[in-house]
Amino acid sequence: MTLMHNPIKKAILASVLAVSLTSISAYAVEVNFVSGAVGKDIEVFKELVKPWEKETGNTVKVVPMPSSTTDQFAQYRLWLSAGNADVDVYQTDVIWAPQLADNFEDLTEATKDVIKDHFPSIVESQTVNGKLVAMPLFTDAPALYYRKDLLEKHKLSVPKTWEELTETAKKVQEAERAEGSKDLWGFVWQGNAYEGLTCNALEWVKSFGGGQIVEPDGKISVNNPKAVAALDLAKSWVNNISPPGVLSYGEEEARGVWQTGNAVFMRNWPYAYGLGEADDSKVKGKFDVTTLPMGGGNDKSAATLGGWNLAVSKYAKNKDAAIALVKFLASTETQKQNALIGSKLPTIMSLYDDADIKEKQPIIPRWKDVFLQAVPRPSAPTKVKYNEVSSKFWSAVHETLSGKGTAAENLEVLEADLTELQGKGW
Amino acid sequence: MKSLQTLAFYLLVLVIVVVSVFPFYYAILTSFKTGTSLFEVDYWPTSFSLSNYYSVFQQGEFLRNILNSVFVATMTVALALLMAVTASYALARVRFRGRGLLLMTILAVSMFPQIAVLSGLFEMIRFIGIYNTPWALILSYTIFTLPFTVWVLTTFMRDLPIEIEEAAIVDGATPWQIITKVFLPLMWPALVTTGLLAFIGAWNEFLFALTFTSSNETRTVPVAISLLSGATQYETPWGIIMAASVLVTVPIIILVLIFQRKIVAGLTAGGVKG
Amino acid sequence: MNPSHAVSSSGKAELQTQRIRAAMWFLIPMIAALVLVAAYPLFRSIYFSFTDTSLSNLYGGQWIGFDNYLSWRTLPSGKTIFRGTLVDPAWWNAVWNTVRFAFVSVTLEAILGMIVALVLNAEFKGRGLVRAAILIPWAIPTIVSAKMWSWMLNDQFGIINDVLMNLGIISQKIAWTASVDTAMFAVLIVDIWKTTPFMALLCLAGLQMVPKDVYEASKIDGIHPVKVFFKITLPLVKPALMVAIIFRMLDALRIFDLIYVLTPNSSTTKTMSIISRENMIEFDKFAYGSAQSTLLFTFIALFVILYIWLGKVDLSGDNK
Repeated sequence: MTLMHNPIKKAILASVLAVSLTSISAYAVEVNFVSGAVGKDIEVFKELVKPWEKETGNTVKVVPMPSSTTDQFAQYRLWLSAGNADVDVYQTDVIWAPQLADNFEDLTEATKDVIKDHFPSIVESQTVNGKLVAMPLFTDAPALYYRKDLLEKHKLSVPKTWEELTETAKKVQEAERAEGSKDLWGFVWQGNAYEGLTCNALEWVKSFGGGQIVEPDGKISVNNPKAVAALDLAKSWVNNISPPGVLSYGEEEARGVWQTGNAVFMRNWPYAYGLGEADDSKVKGKFDVTTLPMGGGNDKSAATLGGWNLAVSKYAKNKDAAIALVKFLASTETQKQNALIGSKLPTIMSLYDDADIKEKQPIIPRWKDVFLQAVPRPSAPTKVKYNEVSSKFWSAVHETLSGKGTAAENLEVLEADLTELQGKGW
Repeated sequence: MKSLQTLAFYLLVLVIVVVSVFPFYYAILTSFKTGTSLFEVDYWPTSFSLSNYYSVFQQGEFLRNILNSVFVATMTVALALLMAVTASYALARVRFRGRGLLLMTILAVSMFPQIAVLSGLFEMIRFIGIYNTPWALILSYTIFTLPFTVWVLTTFMRDLPIEIEEAAIVDGATPWQIITKVFLPLMWPALVTTGLLAFIGAWNEFLFALTFTSSNETRTVPVAISLLSGATQYETPWGIIMAASVLVTVPIIILVLIFQRKIVAGLTAGGVKG
Repeated sequence: MNPSHAVSSSGKAELQTQRIRAAMWFLIPMIAALVLVAAYPLFRSIYFSFTDTSLSNLYGGQWIGFDNYLSWRTLPSGKTIFRGTLVDPAWWNAVWNTVRFAFVSVTLEAILGMIVALVLNAEFKGRGLVRAAILIPWAIPTIVSAKMWSWMLNDQFGIINDVLMNLGIISQKIAWTASVDTAMFAVLIVDIWKTTPFMALLCLAGLQMVPKDVYEASKIDGIHPVKVFFKITLPLVKPALMVAIIFRMLDALRIFDLIYVLTPNSSTTKTMSIISRENMIEFDKFAYGSAQSTLLFTFIALFVILYIWLGKVDLSGDNK
């Protein structure tokens, strides 16, 4: 700290730092990090940053936020619009980058040495007009959970297509109900009108070969026969193999049905795996996971890409330290730690073959298959209008599922609405 | 006939109590459950585990949040009542031009949707420099507590008979003395009622509290509850949320039990006989 | 109302001036507070509604007049197209939802609140406990009670369906918050449960201002209690009840947090506040959302004026 007595030296040092962007900060600062508070994440995070705090002398102050992503997005947007200087680093959802891009620093220069280690599809999702808005921290993708005990009992195989799933679910459901399990349902998923339904429906449509609502080049593709076929099949599930209430289910409601042993299949994120294996779970040891099915003769399944990233605010007080922190958190070592103690899926490809992770978190390498099928939501091409696109999409799907109009009708209206929304360009 | 009426009356009382209390009872029941048993319907306690209560105090700084809420709500009520008592005296007992218009304007303030004043209020609070302090909340809460208290108190004060004030005026009392010596003792029921409603309003407020604070040390209970979380993004920790709700509801119930003696006392003190 | 007829006329005038001066001082703190927290933000919002401001560019909005409300242009083909909130079907759907919700909930709350208040005004053992009990719904934060009810209303493991099934009222589990037929019903149940105590308390405060001897006199005269209620009690508590209804109405027309938690995206329960927030924050149409909240404000103002006019609510007390 003696260095700091000379203002000129300080200025030189600061400019050197700004150019080289090393992680060594000249004097101790406090970096404010805001993130949704989920379970032990905050504790794990504090554990993860300890080495960085020790090395740099800086401290990281965590500002926890409600776990609802809608609440988080609203707050961040408001804070950023008012140029809030009290927060330096934001943890952002994979779909936010294009919408908040203007308020975040470009990380391209700072991370050019390490960015190639990450899955290109994720990096791409965080790049807006050539600007790297946020650095991938961990990723997420859903899978198909199935009751291996029930499938074995009824001598059925794990379905590869949505059509097979429908049939298998129906068979098991009928047979089991005849034996007295009145509350058993074939398939639970997330059908409430919210972002989760966009994820579910995107998977159906994409795995039927019906495109991804809006294509990467900005073309609106949602109104096509394959998408209609996908939604028609999903419509047939409601009140048949899925409870009528599935139209109000989020992740937790689906898991509730599943974990009390009342579902044969479930579409959910990796978090349900650990909870399903907990001691008080009725399905402990009775289930397994696989990739989501495909449909309509298409040969590729699809899983919506989730996950979280780190962005540095334009209004940050300590930008250099903030960027250094982001680099540290996204590094291979930290992501490995995060996988080991926080069971988070890394965004760095090589970690899926890591021996330690294989040993301590056997579920993570298994998710690589799921992850290879990952499909991004159309947040990149639709930019700031993504939320509205998604809202219109899930509304159209929800109406179709609840019987207000057919899939063909609703998708035609949706196409018209989206074209209108697109205007001269996204 | 008489006993039938009594029976019907007590039946009505029973229905009211059951409907009001049942969800809270169910919350208490849920707060003692953990894991998969949360997803099962029970009418009577089947398990008794305090682990949810333990978790509430483990996550974040719940005690601190309760103290913040108490401070914010108390100050909000104190300020609102102080300003409202004097203002409603002026509005109810003194004739001046534009009185109706002023009352309308006050009412208009409570017409604006919270969400619409959010960004303007945010700018204002940062401008004054009270962002992320309890004062940001106390100030912003006056937007809904003040118009309401002024209106209710004005209505009550206007209905008090002229004679009680007349005697004081003849004795040469100042307006301030009239308020404190004559009206205040008569207004206990209204003051306690409005004060309590304002307190609960401030105690429960979420949107401003979330927006104008940014650290665990300054946050209030509703925000703290929304921050309680399960092991992952998608998991809702029902047991812990219910435990926290029980914890924050108990002080309010105690408050009501304490103050309802005041409500009764204010009545029996007489003077409202007209 | 002239409290000073005992004083000489010159002293009377002096006294009146003195009282008005005192009144001004009494009003200043309140007015100052309201200007600070209400007037400025209010002005900002109305201003934004006439610009093309977005949240990513809060200070660079251009003045565009009434375009957020209504604009039209004629296409080369000669067809005229209209744009803006006033021709947005989603907005009118929200208006209708809000009005429906506010009307039904406030009416039921007023009736139930009055009944509860009458019960609490009677002398009986354990009244204190009952009074505390009815305040519980109000005391639970909205965020929590909405979550609690969504849990209780859950179709598979909710207790409401379980009770109704056991009583044989329904034969199949109902998805209360998901189904378009019951979503509004679910919101109403929770809102009425939650805010009836507020109504009851205000009614009770009004009831307790009614002199006890009025009841005693009518009891001696042998007048039927129902008649006593409509002829004596109701007129006496009417001012308090009217104020309670106004404030409940204002709250109901702006309803936000309950629906935001319970049925955030159901088009049958989307209200004006919800849709305005959605546009302002979620959809990056800040100015458009501001226009909607300004309309909401105007709408509520018109409503209140109508209410005061039709209900003959005595605003200033001058007619006494």
